[in-house]
Amino acid sequence: MKALKKLLDKARPSFEPGGKLHAFRSVFDGFDTFLFTPGETSRSGVHIHDSMDSKRTMIIVIVALLPCLLFGMYNTGYQNWLACGETTFPFWSLMLYGFLAVLPRIVVAYVVGLGIEFVVAQWRREEIQEGFLVTGMLIPMICPIETPLWMIAVATAISVIFVKEVFGGTGYNIFNVALVTRAVLFFGYPAKMSGDSVFVSLNSIFGLGGNAPDGFTGATPLGQIATSGATSQAELANSLTNLAHETLSTWDLFLGLIPGSFGETSTLCILIGAALLLATGIASWRIILSVFAGGAVMALIANTFATPTYPASFLSVADQLCLGGFAFAAVFMAPDPVTSCRTNTGKYIYGFLVGAVAIIIRTYNNGYPEGAMLAVLLMNAMAPLIDYCVVEANVRRRMKRLPRTSADEK
Amino acid sequence: MADKVSNRDIFFNPFSKDNPVIVQVLGICSCLAVTAKLEPALVMGISVIAVLAFSNVIISLIRNTIPTNIRIIVQLVVVAALVIIVNQLLLAYAYDVSKQLSVFIGLIITNCILMGRLEAFAMGNKPWPAFLDGVGNGIGYTVILVIVGFFRELLGSGSLLGYKVIPQSWYDAGYADNGLMILPPMALLVVACIIWVHRSYNKELQEK
Repeated sequence: MKALKKLLDKARPSFEPGGKLHAFRSVFDGFDTFLFTPGETSRSGVHIHDSMDSKRTMIIVIVALLPCLLFGMYNTGYQNWLACGETTFPFWSLMLYGFLAVLPRIVVAYVVGLGIEFVVAQWRREEIQEGFLVTGMLIPMICPIETPLWMIAVATAISVIFVKEVFGGTGYNIFNVALVTRAVLFFGYPAKMSGDSVFVSLNSIFGLGGNAPDGFTGATPLGQIATSGATSQAELANSLTNLAHETLSTWDLFLGLIPGSFGETSTLCILIGAALLLATGIASWRIILSVFAGGAVMALIANTFATPTYPASFLSVADQLCLGGFAFAAVFMAPDPVTSCRTNTGKYIYGFLVGAVAIIIRTYNNGYPEGAMLAVLLMNAMAPLIDYCVVEANVRRRMKRLPRTSADEK
Repeated sequence: MADKVSNRDIFFNPFSKDNPVIVQVLGICSCLAVTAKLEPALVMGISVIAVLAFSNVIISLIRNTIPTNIRIIVQLVVVAALVIIVNQLLLAYAYDVSKQLSVFIGLIITNCILMGRLEAFAMGNKPWPAFLDGVGNGIGYTVILVIVGFFRELLGSGSLLGYKVIPQSWYDAGYADNGLMILPPMALLVVACIIWVHRSYNKELQEK
C-alpha cells in the first residue's frame, strides 16, 4: 500500500496544471481518491469530513454484492453441468467456469461505462464520479448469462449517456442506470433477453464445462409458469422443474440453484447482502421492508383470486418473493438513494408500490414473465411526485395548526 | 413578421435556424408516428410540403376577405380540403404507403406547423412569399423526418427504403436489429440528439 501511495505521489506533478499528462488529470484523481481517502481538509468553516464519502459507500455496496456474484458463478457452472447431463459437480471447476463466463461481461460493462464517465468528466472539467462502480457490477448480474458482449456495450453506452450524463452525471439521474441498461436490452433485443435458451450458458469455455445438446432449452421458473397453463396450485408446483426435470420446492427457489439472470437467483445470498447494507445503514430499511410487504400483499391477493387465465397467480406468497428478480430489485435496485423517495413517508409508499406493481406485472401480464425491472423504473419516475405530495401534505397539516393571524388574511 | 425579410430568408430559414421541428418543436407527434421506416417518413414529408404550400397560398390570397373571428374555421376548411385531396391521391397511386401512414395523413390537419404558418405568416403576407414559406417549412419538417426515419429504419430494421443494407454476414456474426428503434420512444431520443447536435453548432439558439 505504501509503495502504491508513493508511486501516486510521485506521479502527481505531471497531472497538475502545466504537467505533461494534464489531460488525464480526472482519471488520476479518480484513481487516487478511490484508493486513498483524500488528505485535504477544509481550511475554514465548520465542515466535518466523514471518511464515509461516496466512494467508500459504493465499495460497501460492492462487498454486499459479492455473495450474489460468487453464487452466480457457481450457479452458472452448475446449470451448464446440468444441461450437459452431468451428475457430479466439482466445486472449483464450476466456480472457474462461472468466473470465465461472467468476467468478459463485467469487463465490458466497466470499460464502456467508465470510459464514458472519464471522457465526460474530462470534458466538463469535473472530478470523476464514482457512481458507475456499482452500476458496472450490477449490469452483468441482472442480464442473462448468454447476452452477447456487444449488446451489453451498446445498452450500457445508451443508458449511461441518456439516463445519467445528460441529466448531469452521478446523483442526478432520474432512473436507475443499471435497470435502464437492462430495459434497453429487453426492448431492443427481446430475442436475447427472454425465452428459454438465454439463461443457461450452453457452451464450454476453454475446455471447461460442456456443450449442451442442440435445441436444448432451459426456461427460468417464471418462464415455465408463463407457458405452463396450470389450472391449480398443485399442478403449478409440479410444473416447476430444474434442468434435470426434478421438481423445485420453495426451499430450492430460495437457495437459487435455478436458471435465471446471473446474480439474482439466490434469495439467500441477496439477504446476506441486504444484512450488510442495513447494518452499515447504506440502504433504507424502510424501502426494502415495504417492497417485500407490497409484494407479499399483492401476491396474497393474486393467490386468493387465482385463475387459470394467469397461471402465475397460483404461486404462493413465498414463491413469488423468491422467484425472479424480485428480491434482487428490492435490495439492490429500489433503495438506490438517487432515484428513490427522499421523505420517510414517501419511502414506504414508494417501496410498497414497487413490490405491488412488480407482482401485478408478473402475474397479470403473460407477455412479461418478470415485472421487477419495469416496476422499479415506473416508480423511479413516480418518486419525485410522491415526495412532492408528502411534503405538500405536511405543509398543509402544519398550516392548519397555525392560528389564523391578521397577516394571513391579507 | 418584419417586412425586411427577403424571400431568400423566408425560404431558407426554416431549414436550420428556424426549423419547425427542432427549433420551434412543432409537429413532434407525427414525427414519432411515421418515422419507423424511411419511406412513410418521406411520403409524409412530401404530403406536408404540398398541403402547407397550397394552404399558405390560398389563405394568403383570401386573407383580406376572411373575417377575423372565424378565421380558424376558414383555415381548417382549406387545410381539410387539401388533406382530402392528398389522401385520395395517395390511395390511388401509393396504396401501400398510405396504408402504413393510416390516419396520419388525415391528421396533417391537426399538425401544429400548418396552423402555425397560416396564422403567423399567410394571414399577413402576399401569396408568393407565403408559398415560399410553406415550401421552406415543409422541407424543414421533411428533412428532420427523413433523418429520424433513416436512423430508425437502419438501426431498427437493418434496411433503407425497404432494401436490406446490413449484409447477412453481420447477422450471422451475431448482429441483431435493435427492436427499441421501432418503438416510438426512440424517435424522441433521435430528435433529441438532432437538437443536441444542432444547438451545439448554433450557439445563439441555446437557452440560458
